[in-house]
Amino acid sequence: MQTLEQIKDRIAAALPGARLAVIANASPAGQPSLLLDHEHALEAARFLRDAPELRFDYASNATGVDWPERTVKERVKVKKMIDGVEKETEELAERKIPGCLEAVYHLYSMELGQGPLIIRLRTGNRTDRVTLPSLTPVWRSCEFQEREIFDLFGIVFEGHPDLRRILMWDGFEDHPMRKDYAPAASGEAKA
Amino acid sequence: MLGLGILKGFMETGRNFCGSYYDPERLTTVQYPEERLEPQANARTIPFLIYDGSDPIGGLRCTACTICEQECPAHCIEIVKDTAKKPDYLGKMQLHPKVFDIDTAVCMECGICAEVCPFDSIKMDQVFERAGSHRRLTLHKDDLSKSNEYYNKIHPAEAAAVDAARAEEQKKAQARKAAAAVPATP
Amino acid sequence: MNAPPPPLAPTGRSQTAGDLLEVSMGPHHPSTHGVFRMNVVLDGETVVKLTPVFGYLHRNHEKIAEKNSYLGSIPYTDRLDYICSMTNNWAYVLSVEKLAGIAVPERAEYIRVIVGEMTRLFNHACLAGFLLQDMGALGTPLMYAFREREKILDLFEALSGSRMMCNYMRFGGCRCDLPEGWPEKAARIGAGFESFLDEFEALLTGNEILRARSEGVGVLPRELAVNSGVTGPGLRASGVNYDIRKVDKYGIYDRFKFRVPLGERGDVFDRYMVRILEMRESLMILNQALHDLPDGAIIDPKVRLRNLRPKAGEAYGRIESPKGELGFYLISDGGPIPYRYRVRPPSLINLTVLEDMCMGHTIADVVIILGSIDIVLGEVDR
Repeated sequence: MQTLEQIKDRIAAALPGARLAVIANASPAGQPSLLLDHEHALEAARFLRDAPELRFDYASNATGVDWPERTVKERVKVKKMIDGVEKETEELAERKIPGCLEAVYHLYSMELGQGPLIIRLRTGNRTDRVTLPSLTPVWRSCEFQEREIFDLFGIVFEGHPDLRRILMWDGFEDHPMRKDYAPAASGEAKA
Repeated sequence: MLGLGILKGFMETGRNFCGSYYDPERLTTVQYPEERLEPQANARTIPFLIYDGSDPIGGLRCTACTICEQECPAHCIEIVKDTAKKPDYLGKMQLHPKVFDIDTAVCMECGICAEVCPFDSIKMDQVFERAGSHRRLTLHKDDLSKSNEYYNKIHPAEAAAVDAARAEEQKKAQARKAAAAVPATP
Repeated sequence: MNAPPPPLAPTGRSQTAGDLLEVSMGPHHPSTHGVFRMNVVLDGETVVKLTPVFGYLHRNHEKIAEKNSYLGSIPYTDRLDYICSMTNNWAYVLSVEKLAGIAVPERAEYIRVIVGEMTRLFNHACLAGFLLQDMGALGTPLMYAFREREKILDLFEALSGSRMMCNYMRFGGCRCDLPEGWPEKAARIGAGFESFLDEFEALLTGNEILRARSEGVGVLPRELAVNSGVTGPGLRASGVNYDIRKVDKYGIYDRFKFRVPLGERGDVFDRYMVRILEMRESLMILNQALHDLPDGAIIDPKVRLRNLRPKAGEAYGRIESPKGELGFYLISDGGPIPYRYRVRPPSLINLTVLEDMCMGHTIADVVIILGSIDIVLGEVDR
């Protein structure tokens, strides 16, 4: 199997203008993933499925991840003028990471027996820009799974043939898998 | 020939029907409750607490460390620590549970509590006929407390290993105590 | 033997041509294998539209797991596909092992293969029994399958303490070693299963009613099966050679000799037959594993079961469970509880094509098509 960097270069060559990024994975599993942009996601997915040396014809797993806004404290080196001399000191700086919702797809190739290739899509934020392109037109196995992501995380998939709640009931309003979900607020018995 | 498959199938059912009268492999059920199967040595149902000696409450091995409370996947254990300390089998002062409740309506009998307990105090029971005329599903300390002899009866091999390990530790602790009691000679 | 009838073409009638009847089948229908519901639109007896409705058994397993430690989720995995708790355990611990980089002792790997293949044996046998039950063979085949399952469940009880909710595997190995005499008993039961399979096949495979009901019904074309993520025996019945035991060779599956049975037409009969043949291959693996079972440690002593804190990162691990590809996707933020815990449920994803398979068939066929997919609602709704 080609490395993720090679696959990324191939997509970039096939789809000029696509913004791609490799997301590293520090765990011993060593499964880095590829972040796609919204405009080219569907095209890139088609390319991954149809390109003869890639042939990722099977989207095994599609799921959502919720990343609320968080601040991380980091040590950063700053140059400061102290007594007229420029010195480098370390300071504790807070960095805000904006929140987003993420859809993660695990792709395999049944034809070539390779995988997994992990692709990710990220929404603009967690409140009003939660639309992502649906990959169900490329892999039908995403149909129920994207419905589930919509139901439990609240990502709206554009181009999905039948985007309804799947596990929760239709009148339900919140999205239970979000990290800030509070059961009492939606009228359920508190766990 | 059409129908041959069905006839062959009837022969199989016939064989199983007749076989069920003499072959125990073909009839694995027993007439409960008149007949009973012995539970397997490893079988587990709900947890219980072990006490040593003759006092079911005072002799509890539990030290109210709340590891089982934290690890219980269903969060069905509730422990309130007592303020007074009592010496345990090694002579160390340990806390005791004032309240030890298990909500058996929630308990899923997974055995994680027994697995994580560092004091061999909570173990899995084998009672399965728990139906009663009351609705009391939360078991308290006194319902849960059972003797070490009972534990030895239901899980003989496991209990023997636990007892041996505890006796060994006790011996070591006594040896340490004796060594500490002898004043160091100059 | 008569040639199988050609698959029925979907009715070309428009929805206004006749009186359509919408039937809500389930969630308490005896043939829907649990609390599964289908809204079926019928033209006469023919299905023109089918919408599955999920969620009656939903308990948000994934959310519960994000509040429990890594160890505390193992008993919950038992309750996903509650027929095959051993393989659920396996998939989960495999993912945690990938996430935390834990190695498994050889003996534990063998025991995992043994219990995993036993799980496959009784799952497939019971599925065949349920399928026949759906076809109208009330009781008999199912009870024969249950009788054999009972013997394996006794083994599981002797091993793990519980018949169905085994809670047996741990990251880095298994919870306890095999009891005295267990491998011999397992070998004996394996041999008994072989002769049971011969009897079961004599009872069923040649049966004209089974053939008439199942051949050409619920055909799943190869391309559709791949694209819609169908896995397990349902995929292989459509002729796709994809068995994760062969592809990923997880655990020690590269050491065993076994074949992957494939179907040709992808109809209900092929799905039944693939399972029967897979049971024979499972018995082969079982015999090899019992023969080669080494001595040694059962669990890596360095692994912390309590308070496991994998490095921040993510891992996706998958196994070939009896239902299909069962995967767990875990994200760790370095803490003692998983940040994200996702189950890839084969039962749910295999249902994607239910409507396509049922179109144009009668409502009586819907029952057996659903039966041949092999779903367990504990896993579908999670």
